[in-house]
Amino acid sequence: MNSFDIIGPVMVGPSSSHTAGAVKIGNIAARLLGEPVKKAKVFFHGSFLSTGKGHGTDLALIAGLLGFAVDDPRIAQSFRWARERGMEYQLAGADLGDVHPNSVKLVLTGIQGRETTITAASIGGGAIRVTEIDGMPVSFSGDSPTLIVHNLDQPGCMTDVTSMLGHRAINIATMQLHRSERGGHAVMVLECDQEIPDSAIRWLTRLEGILKVIYLSASGEAQAPAME
Amino acid sequence: MYQSLQDILNLETQSGKPFWEIVRDRDCKELEITAEEAFRKMEQMYLAMEAADRDYDPTLRSSSGLAGQDGEKIARARANGSLLCGPLLGLVMEKAVKMGESNACMRRIVAAPTAGSCGVVPAVLLSLEQEKGYAREEMVKALYVCAGIGGVIAQRASISGAAGGCQAEIGAASAMAAGGVAFLCGGSGEAICHAAALAMKNLLGLACDPVGGLVEVPCVKRNVCGAVNALTSADLAMAGIRSRIPPDEVFDAMRSIGRLLPEELRETGRGGLAATPTGIAFREGMETF
Repeated sequence: MNSFDIIGPVMVGPSSSHTAGAVKIGNIAARLLGEPVKKAKVFFHGSFLSTGKGHGTDLALIAGLLGFAVDDPRIAQSFRWARERGMEYQLAGADLGDVHPNSVKLVLTGIQGRETTITAASIGGGAIRVTEIDGMPVSFSGDSPTLIVHNLDQPGCMTDVTSMLGHRAINIATMQLHRSERGGHAVMVLECDQEIPDSAIRWLTRLEGILKVIYLSASGEAQAPAME
Repeated sequence: MYQSLQDILNLETQSGKPFWEIVRDRDCKELEITAEEAFRKMEQMYLAMEAADRDYDPTLRSSSGLAGQDGEKIARARANGSLLCGPLLGLVMEKAVKMGESNACMRRIVAAPTAGSCGVVPAVLLSLEQEKGYAREEMVKALYVCAGIGGVIAQRASISGAAGGCQAEIGAASAMAAGGVAFLCGGSGEAICHAAALAMKNLLGLACDPVGGLVEVPCVKRNVCGAVNALTSADLAMAGIRSRIPPDEVFDAMRSIGRLLPEELRETGRGGLAATPTGIAFREGMETF
């Protein structure tokens, strides 16, 4: 914590959790998709559903999907910007079950046809957490460099990834691993202390058993190539 | 961030540096930036506050319809000379309402320490600069004083309405602003801390009971209360009045009161003003998706 957690951030109001947090969820969801969003179905849950309209949560989320930052004055007109950029969206309410009260589920299709489904929560003060990707439970904020690898549940995938990171002198801060079923689809999420170079990401995508690699740099800028 | 105001005062005595520099030095360490960079970064925050004040749009209303267009009413009353409060307080009230309304109407603001309480610190600092002609550098230093106090409150208690009620948002903002004012008036580190304590004491127990769960009623106008309270508390401290309860203990009291507050009064929109017949009727008429 530092002085700029007290005086700051500069943001578009009215709420750090319901507005700024929603922008950040939109940002990270678009980055997880890995290409500009063509179509978005948004399902608001809990407090996002009951007070979201009044907090501009809907505008904020669409602004986030368009890549706007939390202090972008265009947030209040994001629906118009979405139309201008040809992004279609549907907004609805849903009961997402036993999740954080400020949760939202996004079903996204990109301009090249990529698809992803993401659930995330705004957990207070503008901080967020991605809680599910494509049906797999995860938990990360996107504040540190984050590597997400979808692979076949078979021996060696984890070793391939971790030995690559070790070889590049990249330290792993946290690591999660889930699978749909034995021998099925697995996903690993690694939050790292250092940035991972593009060449390393490309190398991973070529390995046997690796289905998809998504890398979120901490800066939020560089989007490494993902692979289906 | 420091764990107590006493820690900052002790460092003042040991190093001979002023309060604001001690706060800034901690940022330099934490963010690995130079003193110059840290100062410029805080200056950017001040400039953003100034821009937010300047960019107030008197025609806007919030999407709920509950907030907006009141800032102009005070501006007119101030121009007519019909306000009982003098020119400085009139200006402070106007700026506080305007910033709160800008936040409710999705304009760009600076959370200080939160979005709901974003009007308190800038209303006080920008008005003092305008009325008293302080140098810009002094204003940035004052903002560092505010940050130092807010940091201690965040460490010892909370700056979240959901955790501690409105005392943690408007109360914290008011304590921060009071310290900033005492600094501008030439107050010692001790006077700064007591200005903050006196301000916080007046707002202890304040419920967070927003109508419809929105950052509008009573949040916008509570920014006026926090800002005016900051000025009177700073005046008390500068006159030599001290809080009988030491400042750090006042913040501890805020924490314990926050824990004792029922959930209905902690940003759930289910108690207090939100639970009045009018508040309930409003909530029931709210649009969802």
